[in-house]
Amino acid sequence: METSTGLDNRKLMMWLFLASDCLFFGSLIAAYLLYRDRSLVGPYPGDLFDIPFTSVSAFVLLMSSVTMVLALSCIQRGDRRGMQVWLFTTAVLGLLFIAGQAYEFTEFNHEGLSLSTNLFGTTFFVLTGFHGAHVTLGIVVLLSLFVASLQGRIQQKDSLNVELAGLYWHFVDIVWIVIFTLIYLIQP
Amino acid sequence: MTLAHYRKGQTDAEGAEGEVHLEPGGHAHPSAAEYLKIGAILVVVTSIEVALYYVGMSETALVAVMMPLSWLKFILVVLWFMHLRFDNPFFRQLFFAGLALAIVVFTVAMATLGGKLV
Repeated sequence: METSTGLDNRKLMMWLFLASDCLFFGSLIAAYLLYRDRSLVGPYPGDLFDIPFTSVSAFVLLMSSVTMVLALSCIQRGDRRGMQVWLFTTAVLGLLFIAGQAYEFTEFNHEGLSLSTNLFGTTFFVLTGFHGAHVTLGIVVLLSLFVASLQGRIQQKDSLNVELAGLYWHFVDIVWIVIFTLIYLIQP
Repeated sequence: MTLAHYRKGQTDAEGAEGEVHLEPGGHAHPSAAEYLKIGAILVVVTSIEVALYYVGMSETALVAVMMPLSWLKFILVVLWFMHLRFDNPFFRQLFFAGLALAIVVFTVAMATLGGKLV
């Protein structure tokens, strides 16, 4: 499936999507930074953020990027078993990250922060919620690939499928790299 | 850039069994050991970031140090894990054009509406 440029259509589409998603998350991050200090009532970021916990989540997502690229490396070498192990590990790490985010959201809610409490709550939950939705979609894709490979439907010649899933997965990782620094570590 | 440029190296993609798939104009992907090295660097840089958070630097200094570290991690993942360093240059141009546009929109929005990082 190649374009007139000789490039694969699916890969071109994925890169185009990721480029457009930069704008999507860029806008959400800008909205958060613009409105986080304009809340009329608490709680405020400094009252809620648990940096040690979020740091562990960030490490988990970073490591999932390593396991993802190892899965791709395996299938490109024809090692299907290795790819299955690393794909499943990546999905588990993704699930751990989402579990951590669910815990964080629940804790914040118990502290009185909801989507409609103040501008901080609205922009924070929309930004991190959309990121979490991206991660969740990525987990579904990874598990689908894992099941397909168990059924023998992912061979070395199909490595592009794993590569496309990997591109998406690494993108949610780089978005978290930015969110972790700008939203959590750099606070007023 | 011409069509011929993108097609350059197209025959490389038609490798034999066991060879790595390459996009036209691309180069071989790194080994697993190299990926692990990049992963280790990412862990170290993230650890430094978290440690700096607890040092108690001024807000301006924190931004000045954190932003390059975050950018380093971003670039490492994009160039090595997403293979933009090794893949067809068109993908790199496409992604960085989107990223540049996002940074421009971000900067204009922050400047116009009075936003600040700290």
